[in-house]
Amino acid sequence: MEIRMEYYLIISTIMLFAGIYGFFTRRNLLAVLISVELMLNSVDINFAVFNRYLFPEAMEGFFFALFAIGVSAAETAVAIAIIINIYRNIRNIQVKKLGTMKH
Amino acid sequence: MEYTLFILLLPLLTFFGLGLFGPKMKPCVAGIIGTVSLAIAAALAYFTAWDYFSAPRVDDVYATVVPFHVEWLHFTDKLHIDLGILLDPISVMMLVVITTVSLMVHIYSMGYMKGERGFQRYYAFLSLFSFSMLGLVVATNIFQTYIFWELVGVSSYLLIGFYYTKPEAVAASKKAFIVTRFADLGFLIGILLLSYFTKTFSFELLTSGDHSIFADAAGVTFLGGSVISWAVALVFIGCAGKSAMFPLHIWLPDAMEGPTPVSALIHAATMVVAGVYLVARLFPVYYFEAPEVLVMVAVVGAFTSLYAAVVACVQTDIKRVLAFSTISQIGFMMVALGVSGMEGHAGLGYMASMFHLFTHAMFKALLFLGAGAIIHAVHSNEMSHMGGLRRKMPITHITFLIACLAIAGIPPFSGFFSKDEILAACFEFSPVMGWTMSFIAALTAFYMFRLYYNIFWGKPAQHEHEPHEAPANMTVPLIVLAAITCIAGFIPFGHFITADGISYNIHLDWQVAGTSIVIACIAIGVATGMYRTGTSPVPGRLAERFRGVHTAAYHRFYIDEFYQFVTHKLIFGGISRPIAWFDRHVIDGAMNGLAWVAQKTSYAIRSLQSGQIQQYAFVFLLGTLIILVLVLYV
Repeated sequence: MEIRMEYYLIISTIMLFAGIYGFFTRRNLLAVLISVELMLNSVDINFAVFNRYLFPEAMEGFFFALFAIGVSAAETAVAIAIIINIYRNIRNIQVKKLGTMKH
Repeated sequence: MEYTLFILLLPLLTFFGLGLFGPKMKPCVAGIIGTVSLAIAAALAYFTAWDYFSAPRVDDVYATVVPFHVEWLHFTDKLHIDLGILLDPISVMMLVVITTVSLMVHIYSMGYMKGERGFQRYYAFLSLFSFSMLGLVVATNIFQTYIFWELVGVSSYLLIGFYYTKPEAVAASKKAFIVTRFADLGFLIGILLLSYFTKTFSFELLTSGDHSIFADAAGVTFLGGSVISWAVALVFIGCAGKSAMFPLHIWLPDAMEGPTPVSALIHAATMVVAGVYLVARLFPVYYFEAPEVLVMVAVVGAFTSLYAAVVACVQTDIKRVLAFSTISQIGFMMVALGVSGMEGHAGLGYMASMFHLFTHAMFKALLFLGAGAIIHAVHSNEMSHMGGLRRKMPITHITFLIACLAIAGIPPFSGFFSKDEILAACFEFSPVMGWTMSFIAALTAFYMFRLYYNIFWGKPAQHEHEPHEAPANMTVPLIVLAAITCIAGFIPFGHFITADGISYNIHLDWQVAGTSIVIACIAIGVATGMYRTGTSPVPGRLAERFRGVHTAAYHRFYIDEFYQFVTHKLIFGGISRPIAWFDRHVIDGAMNGLAWVAQKTSYAIRSLQSGQIQQYAFVFLLGTLIILVLVLYV
């Protein structure tokens, strides 16, 4: 069975919306971070797929995917550092409890 | 004659010195510094006068000298504002008058103001005034005059309001400043018109008699008058404000709230004659370019003179009597200028006006300083608190009497000569003007002797402590001024100052002089009968008989009330208050309404700003989807 481009796109769409859903509904900062990663990875899949199927002779899409992975790794490192600091301060990483900065 | 510059610089430096370091000095040191610097300035002024008048005449005329001159603001090659010193007969005469009276007032104030709070400040302001007034008279151009004109205005304001804890003094100083400032608006517009059409500010060019500089204005008319007439009429409004001509005289009687020596210096001898001086300075322009304005000057002067003389007859505050008498005498000077011609005998009025300015400065300063000595002794301005002072204050009494005789026009005192020349000039203009001015001269004699008898004769009033003669530093200026008043009439004034500059021999017209002496004597006789004993029932009965006129005159014919009505009821009530209402309710209301709406809206939608990123992202996504749907299906 030939694996068509649309199958990849369906999977990446599911991943994106799963990420969006998680971003909206999760109350734990770590879960929110994971949701963000899920969205980023779905985009990476798209990059790779479009490059492979539409422009097989070019490499830009792969490089972009690698780039995005690098950036998201850095972002995750920063986010986790922030989360650890929040936890040290208020012993909690629930989103609802983070309103103290507002006041 | 470069040293003339120091006549101006000395008072200016004294002002800065006393103004900056005065509070650290002892009061008497400040007084001595002020007096000495002015004495030097006065000596320089006398020397200037001697130097100037002893120089040989050129074409029978004293040459105009400009010993100091700088170009200050350069606009175009023709139009530039300069600062300089212009010496001609009238400015030299004014230098002498101002420094003399100012020196006398400086000496006198050492006694009069002794122990007052702000003694150093007082001397600083006196120096500022002397500087400004001297700068005004030596101005080379009309713009410099305007600058110093405002400077004398502000120093007058500062000195009237010297007792700034007294509400009446503060109100009087504001009134003086606002009224003269209002008149100066006319002056400024006049300057602008004049300089726009003649392309020059310089007095020398304007008064050179060269008609060609007015060529640009030829044919330009406004409401039936030529534009130069309008310009000089507007300049005259400024003069009328400064010289307290009707109907802008209202500030001068109130200005008497200031210290009495200030009244003597500013509001009797020097500043109030600045208007007369400026008309005299621009006399050729008035005479050749706008003769109808000169008639207006004469009429305004005559009316003011009559009005002030009538009011002076019924006032009870001695300084108010003197203030109205000053207004009346300045009216005389204005009339003399108004009726004057240019050449030879026709220019008699001009000479008489300047002569009267000179003599009046001396005897009116003397009257005010005498009044100051009396007020100092009895601690009141009211005539009813005086009476019978002639034995207690002999020097003040004699000098005051000399001044009264001078202003009444009794020979051989100076006022007789100058007033006689004015009357002669008026009779030559028209008999009506002549008889009107003679009648005013009679009123003058009457009210001055009413004042004299009420102060020095009549019933002695009760005092808390016995009035005594003033100290020497107050009586010496009185004696000096009285001496000048006695001899000034014999100065051959026509040799120094005439309209065309050519020497002119004053000869008394005995017909006019005799009439005026008889009239003055009758008026003095009437005053003697009514007021000498202080028990005569005649004044009371007359006041009762003509109660309407008497009350109206006592209230200065309600001119102040009229102004009060116009400003407060019509302008403030009718114009300012609706504008204020519009501003407060419509303009401010619209702005406040906008702010109110914004505030209420933001309170209403405040709960949407939860600070929850997840919520924001959800709204964002929703928006994106809606746009997507719209893009795809619409």
